[in-house]
Amino acid sequence: MSFKDKLLSSYIALEDYLEFDSPLHDVRNNAIKIFEEKGFPTKKEEAWKYTSLNSLLKPDYSVYSNKERNVELKNVRKYFLHEIDTYKLVFVDGVYNSFLSETTHDSLDVCLMSAALNKSKYKPVIEAYFNKAAKSDSLTALNTAFTKEGAYIHIPAHKEVEKPIEIINFSTGNEAAIFLQPRNLIVVGENAHVQIIERHQSLSNNEVLTNSVTEIFAEKRAYVDYYKIQNDEATASLIDNTYISQQRDTVCRVHTFAFGGKLVRNNLNFFQKGENCDSTLKGITILEEKQHTDHNTLVHHIAPNCESHQDYKGLFAESSTGVFNGKIIVEKDAQKIDAFQQNNNILIDDKATINAKPQLEIFADDVKCSHGCTIGQFDEDALFYLRSRGIGLKESRALLMYAFANTVLESVKIPELKVRINKLIANKIGVSLGFEL
Amino acid sequence: MLKIKDLHAGLEGKDILQGINLEVKAGEVHAIMGPNGSGKSTLASVVAGKEEYEVSRGYITFENEDISELDPEERAHKGIFLSFQYPVEIPGVSVTNFIKTAINETRKSKGQEDMPASEMLKMIKEKADMLEIDRKFLSRSLNEGFSGGEKKRNEIFQMAMLEPKLAILDETDSGLDIDALKIVANGVNKLKSENNAVVVITHYQRLLDYIVPDFVHVLMNGKIVKSGTKELAYELEEKGYDWIKEELV
Repeated sequence: MSFKDKLLSSYIALEDYLEFDSPLHDVRNNAIKIFEEKGFPTKKEEAWKYTSLNSLLKPDYSVYSNKERNVELKNVRKYFLHEIDTYKLVFVDGVYNSFLSETTHDSLDVCLMSAALNKSKYKPVIEAYFNKAAKSDSLTALNTAFTKEGAYIHIPAHKEVEKPIEIINFSTGNEAAIFLQPRNLIVVGENAHVQIIERHQSLSNNEVLTNSVTEIFAEKRAYVDYYKIQNDEATASLIDNTYISQQRDTVCRVHTFAFGGKLVRNNLNFFQKGENCDSTLKGITILEEKQHTDHNTLVHHIAPNCESHQDYKGLFAESSTGVFNGKIIVEKDAQKIDAFQQNNNILIDDKATINAKPQLEIFADDVKCSHGCTIGQFDEDALFYLRSRGIGLKESRALLMYAFANTVLESVKIPELKVRINKLIANKIGVSLGFEL
Repeated sequence: MLKIKDLHAGLEGKDILQGINLEVKAGEVHAIMGPNGSGKSTLASVVAGKEEYEVSRGYITFENEDISELDPEERAHKGIFLSFQYPVEIPGVSVTNFIKTAINETRKSKGQEDMPASEMLKMIKEKADMLEIDRKFLSRSLNEGFSGGEKKRNEIFQMAMLEPKLAILDETDSGLDIDALKIVANGVNKLKSENNAVVVITHYQRLLDYIVPDFVHVLMNGKIVKSGTKELAYELEEKGYDWIKEELV
């Protein structure tokens, strides 16, 4: 039985257990129909030209496990931002782990999607927001149909959340292969302020495939700062579908640190629905071996007087492959837009590959839209300069790689996270420099 | 200290240097002058070990060891320093972190431990003061957004920190106003001793008022065509290079 068929029959089993009067019932049924019709995307689709899911669809995944797995804090502590206090939503093999988590209902909600779906007091929020920003592509639809667990975060108006919120999905390897579909809903009220860190981490060498959907709604004047850390095992793959809906005067920033995993696909979508929005999409990608990371971004300028900034840096070693597909759409009424996109790549080894494709669709006439894309090797003059000061070739390269990636790091607003990412980069580059990066 | 014998070197099979002979002894200051395109910067880069240049004939020894095949970092570890005409901008790496790395890498090559942080800080402070460099400047990204003068002063700061045996200053005077020129020259003079040597590459005699050379060489078409004392520099300033060309004919 193909993976698709397995999922479809699993859905029939799931349906029996769902409540028919749930507001989600129709949403799920429609979603599974979309998935049934479209199936998994193939390389024939333009947006998937450089990323094939074929090899990921072969293992016999366990589709949902209800078992509560235990993980020892001491074994996973390093994956948390433990230097500072944070709210935490921790899921182990797709199941909420209360021991490792720190939730709250005190003036804001940092809790579970399962609770939000089942308790009547959350019903208005679910009805107003759930699946309202997500597109109806087959992978998002698949996640929607099976929505069960994930993060539910609701920040009321004017609330500045005093500490970051971490969303961490562990997989233990207790199943030979596991398919996970976390579903996150984040609603940030008017003039509210939040910082969120999301991480997917496999704790074994068993196959993991995660198809995650996150919807973020920023009400007017809200500020959302979101960080994705992708530094997973060579047997863990991730399809991340993130949708951000911005009302007027909002600032939303997403940083994606893609340091590996078997295959990572980031579908990052911004919708600017009100005037004076500011969107930032930044990423550092550092890959080696046969790792593959595909950044597929969309910035949809619907309203006038908005800005968007994209800055993606990639370093590709050995046989790794990267894709950057950045689409900007400026609608007819979205005048006075300033949209900027930058994508710079360095191929460290001959076998490494990057496919970069900017796509601009502009229907307004008074806009400023610029994009730049470079693919290169190391700058020989810079290397000579460093080496002439006594710094060896390997260290000189490391310094240049660090310098190359650094512009993305500058805008990380959580100091502890910045230090952490610095260390990850130093580790990835594989050189200890004479100073703390 | 430095001996260059019949050096032919260039790019892609075309020799830019066509038989350079030069000896620099410890304690000496040499000036190399010459018109644009005569090969001055090429000579500096070849001595420092820039890999894109190919040495087709001749050799370079440093303290009686042939260094022609050494990597740039190995030459640096032996005490050769090149002050760049166009220092490269490295965003994201501060001047301080850069110089720390350079010093500790050099120490590592000699089997020494890293320099203790307190000692490093003291030295940085001392050298920065000598060159009248603002402390804030040291935490800025290396050469990024620096003015021409700041870049050159930063080069001499690195030289002061690394304490090389042989310093080659490639057009260090270009882009400097007279005050900055004096500060830079003063720094070089303070670093000067019987045990080290300086090669100054320049178009103009101006810098040589402050860094006084023992010998002046004229480089033309990849060859040293005339050598003399500091008076030769004045003569060149006054009369240009054409008379030498005529003399050669």
